[in-house]
Amino acid sequence: MATTAVLPERTNYLNAEHGIRSWLFTTDHKRIALLYLISITLFFFIGGFFALLIRLELLTPAGDLLTADMYNKAFTMHGQVMIFFFLIPSIPAVLGNFLVPIMVGAKDLAFPRINLLSWYIYIVAGILYIHCLVTGGVDTGWTFYVPFSSAFSNTKVVEAGLAIFISGFSSILTGLNFVVTVHRMRAPGMTWSRLPLFVWSHYATSIIMLLGTPVIAITLVLVVLERALNLGIFDPSRGGDPVLFQHLFWFYSHPAVYIMILPSMAVISEIVPCFSRKRIFGYSFVAMSSIAIAVIGFLVWAHHMFVAGISLYSALVFSFLSFLVAVPSAVKVFNWTATMFRGSVSFSTPMLYAFGFIGLFTIGGLTGLFLATLGVDVHVHDTYFVIAHFHYIMVGGAIMGYLGGMHFWWPKISGRMYPEGWGRLAALIVFIGFNLTFFPQFILGYLGMPRRYWDYSHMPEWQALNVLSTAGASILAVGYLLPLAYMLWSLRYGKPAEDNPWKATGLEWRTPSPPPTFNFDETPVVTWEAYEYETMPLPEEVTLER
Amino acid sequence: MSDSTVAMEHEARPELRHHFADEQQQRNAASLGMWWFLGTEIMFFGGMFCGYLVYRRIYFPEFAVASRSLDLIVGTFNTTVLICSSLTVAQAVRAAQLGKRALQVKMLLLTLLFGLAFLGIKAYEWGNKYKEHHIPTFEYNVVSGEGSLIKGNEKLLGIEEVQNDPVKLQQRKAEIQAHTKIFYSLYFALTGMHALHMVVGVGIFAVITWMAWKGRFTPEYHTPLEIAGLYWHFVDIVWIYLFPLLYLIDRRPVG
Amino acid sequence: MFDNFPLWPASASSNAFHVDLLYSFLVVVTIVMTLLIFTAVGIFAVKYRRRHGREAQPIHGSLLLEIAWSIAPLGLFMLIFAWGAVLFFQMRTPPQDASEIYVVAKQWMWKLQHMEGPREINQLHVPTGRNIKLIMTSQDVIHSFFIPEFRIKQDVLPGRYTTVWFRATVPGTYHLFCAQYCGTQHSGMIGEVVVMNPQDYQAWITGGAPTGSLAQNGQTLFQQLGCSTCHRFDVQGRGPNLTGIYGKPVALEDGRTITVDDNYIRESILNPAAKVVSGFKPIMPVFQGQVSEEQLNALVAYVKSLTQQPAGGVAATSSNNPGPATEKPKE
Repeated sequence: MATTAVLPERTNYLNAEHGIRSWLFTTDHKRIALLYLISITLFFFIGGFFALLIRLELLTPAGDLLTADMYNKAFTMHGQVMIFFFLIPSIPAVLGNFLVPIMVGAKDLAFPRINLLSWYIYIVAGILYIHCLVTGGVDTGWTFYVPFSSAFSNTKVVEAGLAIFISGFSSILTGLNFVVTVHRMRAPGMTWSRLPLFVWSHYATSIIMLLGTPVIAITLVLVVLERALNLGIFDPSRGGDPVLFQHLFWFYSHPAVYIMILPSMAVISEIVPCFSRKRIFGYSFVAMSSIAIAVIGFLVWAHHMFVAGISLYSALVFSFLSFLVAVPSAVKVFNWTATMFRGSVSFSTPMLYAFGFIGLFTIGGLTGLFLATLGVDVHVHDTYFVIAHFHYIMVGGAIMGYLGGMHFWWPKISGRMYPEGWGRLAALIVFIGFNLTFFPQFILGYLGMPRRYWDYSHMPEWQALNVLSTAGASILAVGYLLPLAYMLWSLRYGKPAEDNPWKATGLEWRTPSPPPTFNFDETPVVTWEAYEYETMPLPEEVTLER
Repeated sequence: MSDSTVAMEHEARPELRHHFADEQQQRNAASLGMWWFLGTEIMFFGGMFCGYLVYRRIYFPEFAVASRSLDLIVGTFNTTVLICSSLTVAQAVRAAQLGKRALQVKMLLLTLLFGLAFLGIKAYEWGNKYKEHHIPTFEYNVVSGEGSLIKGNEKLLGIEEVQNDPVKLQQRKAEIQAHTKIFYSLYFALTGMHALHMVVGVGIFAVITWMAWKGRFTPEYHTPLEIAGLYWHFVDIVWIYLFPLLYLIDRRPVG
Repeated sequence: MFDNFPLWPASASSNAFHVDLLYSFLVVVTIVMTLLIFTAVGIFAVKYRRRHGREAQPIHGSLLLEIAWSIAPLGLFMLIFAWGAVLFFQMRTPPQDASEIYVVAKQWMWKLQHMEGPREINQLHVPTGRNIKLIMTSQDVIHSFFIPEFRIKQDVLPGRYTTVWFRATVPGTYHLFCAQYCGTQHSGMIGEVVVMNPQDYQAWITGGAPTGSLAQNGQTLFQQLGCSTCHRFDVQGRGPNLTGIYGKPVALEDGRTITVDDNYIRESILNPAAKVVSGFKPIMPVFQGQVSEEQLNALVAYVKSLTQQPAGGVAATSSNNPGPATEKPKE
């Protein structure tokens, strides 16, 4: 079978116009999605570089690779880059931008020019941050706690704060576009109850982006003003309250973690039905769970502050609410699992990532319970237990969902198939590398290893687990480099994709691969429910080429 | 496969953008977008309101005294100016709905005038604050000199009871200095952010006025004017909250 | 527990067992739920894998199941919440009879003051069986007082006091860590908690006799009091390198030049701001009232003895302040 047959090229969004100007001034949501894809991938590797420095340093107990200040900058910038410049945009700005309009049956997002603006804002923020990085960097920890950040740090806090402040606007505008698109641009017949769950999750995510991001914006502005003008809003030596900063900071930064995970859940909700050839189990419950997570997620922020000096009664309230927010997440996991029951399950790469997600998110989510539990949190707060918990969710969950989604929609986006054998291998390597990296950190945390420690030479007993963790990280790195390589390869040598290689439901699969610039030749009129897999034929066996 | 049930571009006005099915959809989208954006603005100012609430509660005497140092007459006048500007915006929208181009332009020009007046009066107030040394960072001093907040407020600020103890007096003065500084920091941050939004608003309305003058707004299509009006009204409402919170903390006559 | 590969720290406080118990329950819940999901996914993936002639069954959902698997976890979570809340309530309610110790955190050391008088830096001696309440504040940024073996942690804030209490149960030496990132030497802001049985503690608190030569005692004190945190020998620290300074001239911040003699060393310990070496900030803590005459003599003798750079630096292989060598913690 010819693998690189050259078909006569139809006009699609990739070849409709040529030249750099047609890309930099595009208003096509699909092209903007690719602009974002390139930028966030760059930042992912920058953030990954800092992770590499951290893990290498921690191979030995002594602080012998970097100076303490360099290490402190490394973990700060690893966190800031990964959170603000990779995870928060990732799925929404790439897959969301690409798919939401098509999934609702629209020709574009509600505000295409604002969409392009949001990418430029992200780029400006990114350039400012990189400038900050190369001219000294910042060492406050990604959490910017005062008064260290406003009065004691000697690094470029103002610049980093401003860069992140600016990137927030990119997030807000993306969320704005999604919300208005879902409300106002659905094709005839596309009722709310027929929307793909991908859209429901992105809708919930957008609500959080819109309502949460402005709070971190104003908080960073106040820190910058305090630092630059010596104001004293948070600095106790000038009458301020450092705990107020923490409340304002976490009011956004907790919902932010839901910005990072809901889109990944969105992807899983699309992949599992497709590769089980069945409707999602409990559609309305999964949809409502997304909304519930978004809403309750705004009410739990102070669980990051149980030992920060808040009152006992505050702590009780926030602990209680934190347990509540775990329920909708559990409901989703159960529904995905039940979807496979009496299905027809296949093991293509996207599904392997979905399996990985379900397993790792379960572990990550359950370890969140440890942190919500007041008596236990006291011991594990600010230790490697927390680091392990959030990496299970962010990396084991969010990034696996991202990779699963990229593989699932790659044929649609690029018009090519990625090589399936390599895809499955990479998924396996990522899974193994990930667990080896982060599972030992749960143990390290309970043993008492605090976060953000450059040197642990007085606790050499921690070395063995740290070595395991670093070994895992090196495997994980391979797992991440592979898709970069073979997906780029596939752009030229990959098998050309049909319109619907997975025989999936969803309006995006009724367009060509890749789609034309305006998505649909005629506006679709929807008369069917989401995930009507009983009416779909089976896909051909996807062969393991190379 | 699918029947198209929506009218296509060839009949529509030039303002209709290609990805919308019809003008109604475009107008609804624009309106919803602006409402959500205003929601984000509420959250943005909300952070500062939150800080204000916390500090007002724990440093009430200092906040009350500092609040009284703001000029009530000027502030009230400025509030009236801003409310009038919202009135003229609403009138401009009405004029557009009625197809009256000249009236639109008149009302929009008045809006710009009121907006600039508001900003000018604000600058005047800030200038006074500067002279009184009430701007944090710029030779801030509330315990002595012409900007002293202590005179007449000794009882309220707890100065009276420590008059005779120089160490305690010094300490209390330092506290007053620090706590009032928080009030003024929030005052300038809040009114500064508000002024920034006003400046943006004036810029937007300058463009809108030009568009109106060019006859771009008709009874069938005046969406940019409507949503710009929404923005302007919102900035007005923010001020309506700021004014009592900042100027009217405690205006009882000091006995 | 597993001596060669411990999964949790030693339990040395009255609190530790209860925290570990709840933690173990959570571990069991996690393992059970994880196995449940992994097994379900595994079984479904295999049993219902794609096969010719067998189609997927269109099942939409089940209200009963949804309710069941919402209510059941909720119930379990409420149980865990309540258990954790009760434990937390106890941890946050110091007993009425607790003795108090004041703690001041600063970048990057812990200063502790017993009510009976003795002060410690980066070390805390306590007896077993006594309720102890720490009243803590910070001089600069937010720190966090963390003793893993006691399962306690509390952020230490500037501008106010926070408290934490414990009752040590097993003699031994345990780790004290700063758990809130506080700048360059955050990982060096560590120390020891020395738990003694009541008689030994009595002996300690009323003063013990030093052993060894004067300079050796001075070396011990130099580490104990945290001097080595800033006066480093390996790299430029926050204080001047004291190697070979005795008898040499040194330039001061105010422009004068003086010769380092016994008096200068003594003065710099008791009143460091009087004559600050040029190029350094006046941040050294005041030791007036914290060291006895004998201890002063020992320190001066030690500094005088530093004629050449100590091999490998005084503070062993690390740049942190370690405290003196200790016995292994008893299980």
